[in-house]
Amino acid sequence: MTPAPAARAAAPAVELVEVGKRFGRTEIIRGVNLAVQPGERVAIIGPNGAGKSTLFNLISGRFGVSAGQIRLNGERIDGRKPFEINRRGLARSFQVSNLFTRLSVFENLRCAVLWSMGHRYAFWKFLADLRDVNDRVEELLVMLGLQRRRDVPATNLTYAEQRALEIGLTIAGGAGVILLDEPTAGMSRSETGRFVQLIRDVTAGRTLLTVEHDMGVVFGLADRIAVLVYGEIIAFDTPEAVRADPRVQEAYLGAVLAGPAATGD
Amino acid sequence: MPSRQSAAHYHFQPWNVGRWLLWSAFALLMLVAPLLWTSSLAHTMLSQMGIAIIVCLAYNMLLGQGGMLSFGHAVYSGLGSYLAVHTLNAVADGRLWLPVSLVPLVGGLAGLFFAALLGWVTTKKAGTTFAMITLGIGELVWSMSLMIPEFFGGEGGITTNRVVGQPWLGISFGPQIQVYYLIAIYCFVCTAAMYAFTRTPLGRILNAVRDNPERVEFVGYDTQRVRYLAFMISGFFAGIAGGLATLNFEIVTAEVVGAARSGAYLLFVFLGGATFFFGPIIGAVLMVIALVLLSELTKAWLLYLGLVFVFMIMYAPGGIASLIMMNLRVALFGRLRRLVGAYLALAAAALVVLIGAGAMIEMLYHLQLNQALGPRMSFLGAPLDAHDVDSWFGAAFVMVTGLALFELVRRQFKRQWDEVQAEIEVEIKRREAL
Amino acid sequence: MDQFLINLLNGISAGLLLFMLSSGLTLIFSMMGVLNFAHASFYMLGAYFAYTLTAVVGFWLALLLAPLLVGVVGAQFERHALRRVHKFGHVPELLITFGLSFVILELVQLIWGRSPVPFTPPPQLQGPAFTLLQSGDGDLALVWGAAPAAMCGRVGDLLVTCTRFPMTRMFVMIVAVAMLLALWLLLTRTRIGMVIQAALTHAEMVEALGHNVPRVFMLVFGAGCALAGLAGVVNGVTFITEPTMANIGPIIFAVVVIGGLGSLPGAFVGSIVVGLLMTLPLTVDASLADLFNRLGAQIGPDSALWPLLRITLSQAAPVLPFLLLVLILIFRPRGLLGTRES
Repeated sequence: MTPAPAARAAAPAVELVEVGKRFGRTEIIRGVNLAVQPGERVAIIGPNGAGKSTLFNLISGRFGVSAGQIRLNGERIDGRKPFEINRRGLARSFQVSNLFTRLSVFENLRCAVLWSMGHRYAFWKFLADLRDVNDRVEELLVMLGLQRRRDVPATNLTYAEQRALEIGLTIAGGAGVILLDEPTAGMSRSETGRFVQLIRDVTAGRTLLTVEHDMGVVFGLADRIAVLVYGEIIAFDTPEAVRADPRVQEAYLGAVLAGPAATGD
Repeated sequence: MPSRQSAAHYHFQPWNVGRWLLWSAFALLMLVAPLLWTSSLAHTMLSQMGIAIIVCLAYNMLLGQGGMLSFGHAVYSGLGSYLAVHTLNAVADGRLWLPVSLVPLVGGLAGLFFAALLGWVTTKKAGTTFAMITLGIGELVWSMSLMIPEFFGGEGGITTNRVVGQPWLGISFGPQIQVYYLIAIYCFVCTAAMYAFTRTPLGRILNAVRDNPERVEFVGYDTQRVRYLAFMISGFFAGIAGGLATLNFEIVTAEVVGAARSGAYLLFVFLGGATFFFGPIIGAVLMVIALVLLSELTKAWLLYLGLVFVFMIMYAPGGIASLIMMNLRVALFGRLRRLVGAYLALAAAALVVLIGAGAMIEMLYHLQLNQALGPRMSFLGAPLDAHDVDSWFGAAFVMVTGLALFELVRRQFKRQWDEVQAEIEVEIKRREAL
Repeated sequence: MDQFLINLLNGISAGLLLFMLSSGLTLIFSMMGVLNFAHASFYMLGAYFAYTLTAVVGFWLALLLAPLLVGVVGAQFERHALRRVHKFGHVPELLITFGLSFVILELVQLIWGRSPVPFTPPPQLQGPAFTLLQSGDGDLALVWGAAPAAMCGRVGDLLVTCTRFPMTRMFVMIVAVAMLLALWLLLTRTRIGMVIQAALTHAEMVEALGHNVPRVFMLVFGAGCALAGLAGVVNGVTFITEPTMANIGPIIFAVVVIGGLGSLPGAFVGSIVVGLLMTLPLTVDASLADLFNRLGAQIGPDSALWPLLRITLSQAAPVLPFLLLVLILIFRPRGLLGTRES
């Protein structure tokens, strides 16, 4: 079932084919087609309730699809469990920080690194002896700016620190495809700016899908923008094209796309 | 893999003197305990404590480290006991050769086997459902124990003799003291092993599963597999404890797999403190003291235990271990002296409540059980008449007064405690800024 | 045949009793997310309260007052203890109800003793509700009340067997069905029922709309306990009132997991199934060994697994609910009518 070499080279990092999701009789996602190329940065925008988080939940395996297929690097992942998808190279962050509350920052990151370094369910080696794991965690701490808070339990961090750790847990395992769900939610202007730079640094060379409301972030970060309205993708194009698209303007009542955000950061 | 050198992240790792000291002290204590407390009752209790420590630590692997509440863990220690007793009898009959000192390992393997068998179904679910499943399986095994007397020995249980085979270096395990030292060795090794487990990848991921089982899946781990493995390891150590119990008591009856025992594990591990590694050790010691001594002191000991448990959950959910650690922290910042007064007042008020409640409870028991002796009785030296309203009124009055005093003192204490905590926070920030 | 019918009725009445208990448990769980480990203890309290109250105000008034009293005890516990623990999570909540079950058991033993108390049914409930008569050639007849002695035994040249169905058991079934109906009406037809149903899934929203959700929680917990108390009253007067009554607890939890945690219809189905499972096999004295031998095998005391195979169905009856629990967990983990957790 492996695709031919030529096809594999062209396989999108993430591909959604006619994906649909319904809860009971309510259809949240309908007929979504999306192909994200490796290394691309895609932002998913849309009005509240459009189904953006649901889409992420479908891709990352938290929910199962009602219809359609999802492919990761050419391989089908719909119907798979979250850990199976993660092991194949996809990691996601959460809109509401989903951390290991009683563990310290260091331990949080270490947990996120362990599987990717092949240590699996080992109970015959000591954590303190795992050089590769501990070095990687030190790197991450520096990248995230959390070195001074390494022994603080996650639940005692400030909001911004928690969001940083949230991203840290997502990228720690070295996944090639990163999904960030509203990473800058609830942050001030200055914090957002710093954060966007952090996101750029940690996701360098990887495929990024991010759900965002902040248009400044979107236009500064994304190669392409997908617009999700009522569970359907109504546009998927470069930022300039999307800005000019009349359907998108109609969906947003034109208000968001005009104004200062349009000038980028 | 990375181009960076490991030396770039040099950590000053001195020998952890504190840890070596603690473990040596632990070993030393177990070594000399029977020499400090020499009565045969003490030796019996010390032996039981050694066994209890192993099983309580094993239980906490599920509760404190994994967040899994089990109402049926006695199944694994109990089945370990049963397999150990059958093995020992086979050794005595000459059907099998195994040194007596290795019989507990048979118990451990039995615990491991049954945990593997039953654990697969049990760990399919988490949280409340998991608790209910353990309850159901506990009931299942207990009921089966009554239906299969060939294996479980029926009403009388199965007896055995631990003095079998050739004595090795004069050790026949006949005298209690020899059994104690065998238990002590197992206890030390198992405790060290379970502590080591907390510092392994599986141990840490188990903690992560406790804190956020959903997120664990998103960093690549199968939550159910983690729980299942922990369940099996916990069952192994519980089985070892069961095997040691077989050697110690030389009899195994159906109650070793019963709900009361499972409940005792839960109660005392929680009381000792599930959030710290040493909490269950405290709980295990308390368990033996309560079962052996407290039950002799008053017939209402189970009621007192239940009430203490309920109040612990409400006011100190981290157990005694957390209380110790919190006060240790206060002491390290030099502010314990301020709280001593409030602590003494609390203890005094609690004592008053206890006297009043105790008088009423003892009068009730007296009415029920000693009717032939008439209504008069003595409580802590004071004469009481169980049929006389004055006695009841007096006891109730004492209890209510005690409760009111306690509440007053508690509020004052809480105020002082919060003050101290705030000061400590300020101090910590100050030190961080240095 | 008559014996089978009576057994069937016994099984259904057992199932209805289980439903009285599991419905309250499911309501509390759906609403508050806490599994009330002390539910069987409140059941036991109901019987004891009714026993004591009957001596003072007679059975029928006690039937009304005892469940109310139990409900009050439950509501007070919710308000002063459970609520405080709510913020620590579900495990401490389960633990505190476990502790409560412990304390209630000890208090009951303290006040009323460890032996059964003589809780006798009132005159209206004594005697049989009806008698089933079966003649030697298979004809079936039903007589309300006790059949006159002349109709049983040898009647002419027919051998007639009479089996009685006690009035107390009939009473249990009537009360259970009435309670079911009242519950259903309350939840679907009244305003408070609507609030409860809403608070079941959207507690904060209901609170934002001005309803006192903590008070609703307290009421629901109290009501759930009162239902358990009612079950205790009818069961205590029908069978026996003693501290081991509370041992029905694990069976109730098995019932709700089998039916599907959080589902009221599931609790009903689970209750009936488990009720039948515990009652019908009691008359079957055959074992797996008998079955295999009937099919030609030669299983005897020397065969392997003999201790397991020789267990008769009637001996195994108390274990069957838990066996079913294990089977359900393997093949249908969300229970018979449970909703899949997403």
